[in-house]
Amino acid sequence: MITLGAVYVLAGLIFAAVAVLSAVDRTNPRRIRNAAFWGLLALSFLFGDRLGDFGNGLLVLALVGFGGVWGLGIGKPATTTPEQRRESSARRGNALFLPALVIPAIALAGSFLLKPFVQANQATVVSLALGIVVALAIAMLWLRPPPAAPLQEARRLFDSVGWATVLPQMLAALGAIFAISGVGDAVGRLMTSYIPLDSRIAAVAAYTIGMALFTMVMGNAFAAFPVMTAAIGLPLIVHKFGGDPAIMGAIGMLSGFCGTLMTPMAANFNIVPAALLELRDRNGVIKVQIPTALWLLAANTALMYTLVFRQ
Amino acid sequence: MLILSGIAIVVLGFALRLNPLPVVVLAAVATGLAAGHDLAQVISAFGKAFNDNRFVTIPWLVLPVIGLLERYGLQERARALIGNVRAATPGRLLLVYMILRQGTAALGLTALGGHPQMVRPLIAPMAEGAAEEPSDDDRQTIRAYAASADNVGLFFGEDIFIAIGSILLIKGFLEQNGITVAPLDLSVWAIPTAFVALAVHGIRLLLLDRRLRRRR
Repeated sequence: MITLGAVYVLAGLIFAAVAVLSAVDRTNPRRIRNAAFWGLLALSFLFGDRLGDFGNGLLVLALVGFGGVWGLGIGKPATTTPEQRRESSARRGNALFLPALVIPAIALAGSFLLKPFVQANQATVVSLALGIVVALAIAMLWLRPPPAAPLQEARRLFDSVGWATVLPQMLAALGAIFAISGVGDAVGRLMTSYIPLDSRIAAVAAYTIGMALFTMVMGNAFAAFPVMTAAIGLPLIVHKFGGDPAIMGAIGMLSGFCGTLMTPMAANFNIVPAALLELRDRNGVIKVQIPTALWLLAANTALMYTLVFRQ
Repeated sequence: MLILSGIAIVVLGFALRLNPLPVVVLAAVATGLAAGHDLAQVISAFGKAFNDNRFVTIPWLVLPVIGLLERYGLQERARALIGNVRAATPGRLLLVYMILRQGTAALGLTALGGHPQMVRPLIAPMAEGAAEEPSDDDRQTIRAYAASADNVGLFFGEDIFIAIGSILLIKGFLEQNGITVAPLDLSVWAIPTAFVALAVHGIRLLLLDRRLRRRR
């Protein structure tokens, strides 16, 4: 059976190939740093479980050194010219979409079909990887590119994303440090001890706005929800003012999502797409989302105030 | 309150636009030390958490396929396909995509979409293709809106599905505190916000068309 371990080996091999191809690319003045960065990432995916916790910690520090302190360069893998692409797109037509659409189709089917065999949280990741492998096989058989082309093209994209590749994983690890250090409880205590919450509207507004702000700090509404709900939601909205816990919980979580739209800490939704789409401003996605997020936060506060106390 | 120093470091680091990787490490070290752990313990804890969260990085594996298809003209094809549709504008196209994304997410089909798989190879080029002679700045704006359409559709659609992570988290947390709610009771109350999100971001997407026209 395919497990997460097999997917990690696949990832490790791809990163290792990107490292080797980077090392031999003389057009990149920083090729050694690039090779080291992708090589360390390959090491993490191939042997992370055998390095020990401290070993993994040192690996992360080295990764941050190459990717964040010294900085990566951008290689120039051989690829097609714009004219060749236009010609190929005209000749091959809409069939070009097919391999790209195979990925979500298999990811979707797999996450239902694999559920009985793989752990639930692994099913999505494993079926995504399966979809990628099938799509790659179809594309290779149909397009017959040079054998190294998918890896060189991957390197072209990985180089343009650069350090942002590992940012989501780094932030997930920071969230774990926050959790074991009790940061959430400290923020909850701070919020409740400085804000007077003696009216219904004040309690609702503190809860929804607090969810958004705390989500912005943590990068994740899931981390904010238990803290804010234990600090304000349950004691005040539900127990003191008699609000409905289901409505409070549902709209509270959605208030947190308004925060997700506004924070660079939610890297895979905001920073990673900016890198992937080659935006000059790495906060470009956040900037277009802020007005929507503020309107929605106001709407959530109004909705919770009118709905939560209605029985 | 020293424990909150990590948060201050992160906020400051992002505000000054420093590279986030060293900022994150510094924040982790400051927080861990403030909580009474020693440096070696913090490094170990961070290393363990980094290793445990490797699955977060797996969606990147789509890049070899996307890169290969781009080599053979995928983005050009997406632009040409939409360029032939007369009624298509960037705002309208992104509105249709957002509705599809929100609708499928509400049915639990959150895997249909995402930035590396859909937005970069298909949606963003299509939206650019729907614009009339976009300038470079126009292209940047259109791409940013393409990413936002995916995010807003996903976030404010998925909570309508009863078996999504956030609904189960709310249910579990309330249960720990002695309150039993059914997932359906939670997901119906996500519907009002879903409609507001569709209206607000939908209007802003259509206003994007006006803005692009006025720039010319």
